[in-house]
Amino acid sequence: MIEPILTGLLVGSIHSGTPLLYATLSEVMSERAGIVNLGLEGIMLMGAVVGFATTALTGNAGLGVLAAALAGGLFNLFFGFLVITRRANQLASGLAMMFCGVGLSALLGVSFVGSKIKGLDEIRIPYLSDLPFAGPMFFNYDILVYLAGPIAVLIWWMLFSTRWGLTLRAVGENPSAAFAAGKNPYFVQYQALFIAGMLGGMAGAHLSIALAKTWQEWMTAGRGFIAVALVIFSKWHPLRAVFGSLLFGGAIALQLQMQAWGVPISPFLLDMLPYLLSLGVLAVWGGARRFEAPGSLGRVFQGTE
Amino acid sequence: MAEARKWATPVPGQWGFRLRMLGRFCGLFGVALAAFAIVLLIFGKNPIKAYVDLFANTLGSAYGFSEVLVKMIPLTLAAVAVALPARIWLINVGGEGQFHIGALFAAWGALNFGGLPAWLLIPWISFLGFLGGGLWALISGFLRARGWVSETISTLLLNYVAILLMSFFIFGPWKDPESANYPQSAPFAEAAVLPLFFGTRVHMGLFYSLAALIFFHLILSRTRWGLEMRAIGANAEAARRSGIPIGRYIMMLMFIGGGLAGLAGMAEVSAIHGQLRPSLSPGYGYIGFLISWMAMGNALGMMAAAFLLAIITAGGDILQMTLRIPGSVVNILMAIILFVILARKGGGS
Repeated sequence: MIEPILTGLLVGSIHSGTPLLYATLSEVMSERAGIVNLGLEGIMLMGAVVGFATTALTGNAGLGVLAAALAGGLFNLFFGFLVITRRANQLASGLAMMFCGVGLSALLGVSFVGSKIKGLDEIRIPYLSDLPFAGPMFFNYDILVYLAGPIAVLIWWMLFSTRWGLTLRAVGENPSAAFAAGKNPYFVQYQALFIAGMLGGMAGAHLSIALAKTWQEWMTAGRGFIAVALVIFSKWHPLRAVFGSLLFGGAIALQLQMQAWGVPISPFLLDMLPYLLSLGVLAVWGGARRFEAPGSLGRVFQGTE
Repeated sequence: MAEARKWATPVPGQWGFRLRMLGRFCGLFGVALAAFAIVLLIFGKNPIKAYVDLFANTLGSAYGFSEVLVKMIPLTLAAVAVALPARIWLINVGGEGQFHIGALFAAWGALNFGGLPAWLLIPWISFLGFLGGGLWALISGFLRARGWVSETISTLLLNYVAILLMSFFIFGPWKDPESANYPQSAPFAEAAVLPLFFGTRVHMGLFYSLAALIFFHLILSRTRWGLEMRAIGANAEAARRSGIPIGRYIMMLMFIGGGLAGLAGMAEVSAIHGQLRPSLSPGYGYIGFLISWMAMGNALGMMAAAFLLAIITAGGDILQMTLRIPGSVVNILMAIILFVILARKGGGS
């Protein structure tokens, strides 16, 4: 009795945690470069709609994911134009990008409401997926789930073991010092935002192509903001983001499972769980972790003139 | 901190300055309308028809104009709800949640005290609406004053919780048994409905929104609190060292701001809907944020911006009908307006 429940919960956390992980990695990337991106919600929506539309039109879900990543990256470059080139306020620009993503995705997706797609195939790993207990639990997912962990490691490696990552983190800590060391903070921030946008687009694509397999207006339902909270929870670290995403994915999975079991609690109250968990986690850890944030997070680099 | 300085800068009162502001404002609006026209063109919609529909149906008739006024009421209140905390660099993006909790509290009062006469009941539900929104914002204010959670992220997260909480009540305990499958509360008693004027839907909330603007203006320019808030906005560290209780200001301004957004929710649910039901708001809280940002916290500017955005909000339904595009597409127009403001030199930073 207890075994299928646990399996269901774990599989659910992995499924629901994957888009959160991509979104959190996206935010880690831009915040490490010193840019708070509240437009993540909009990027995810753009990724979700572009990915879904491409999949529906071409029948190829892989192409959908690629298109979503590209759309997210390009969309985020515009955010970059506002906050890097035009030196606009990051929070207001992020919210404007969110509005834009909500509206634009609704406009793009209007003819796709209600259409069905096959979505990303689940890949059964030969032999391993036949294992009695671990098989269905760990080896029967779509490609984006399998890639999520390695991508987190890749980003960790890029940020902490390459010269490029060192520059990026230096820009996030102190852009003037990075500039003095001969780096171009603007260029590095644009690169970070493009990669972040691609990750955000993939997060949205996983929601629409792999999980829901439908398109719906504002289907991200605040996951972009949950990811912003998760970044603080994971101390701006890509690997800790994996655990954070699994935990929050678990909260979403628990809520879905409890509805499936018919637990007599209103689904609306259960739906609050991830948001309240985010707030609780921030309240407990947020204050103490402020000092671990990148030094120039949210500040506008005014150049050197 | 550059942003804080701009928010706190006192706006000169000369008419020349105001005219210049107005001119710049119209120019930016024109650029935004042109950009949105291009978006519509790309999607194969006729932008000229869109704008003609939009303006003819809002400004072209007395009824259309009254509907713009109706939308201005919650928008102005939601804008002051953002502008007041913004004076001390607080970013309240939770107007949407505060609006819903205000509506929820007011609905509780209207459903449970329906026997009271109107002259008692209306102040009572107004108070409840204010209290609900205020307490909801105070959660974020408290977390911020303690230095635990940034109010930006907590107000955003609480928006979702607030809407779910309202859904819980209208799908669950407060569902009207006579409403078949519609998730909505029982209709309010006659006495709990705000009076309407001139046979339109313009309601008593108009006075609340005007009072909020005047209160906002006076408190900033004429009181010690306004002075201290300006001090905090200009240099929080210096203000703290000169003994201004910053934490108390954070919580108080969040409470009042949230209360105003709650008042908007109360007015909307009482005068327009007459019962608690889903989709009370087409995003009033978020649009209020936009208005406050556009006007840089200037009371007259907020009235002008609220007027413009009320046209767009009312136009959302019109575009939906005449162009067959989703109503949320007006979000693009709002985003473009914000982009234009942000992208001009040193925009908003």
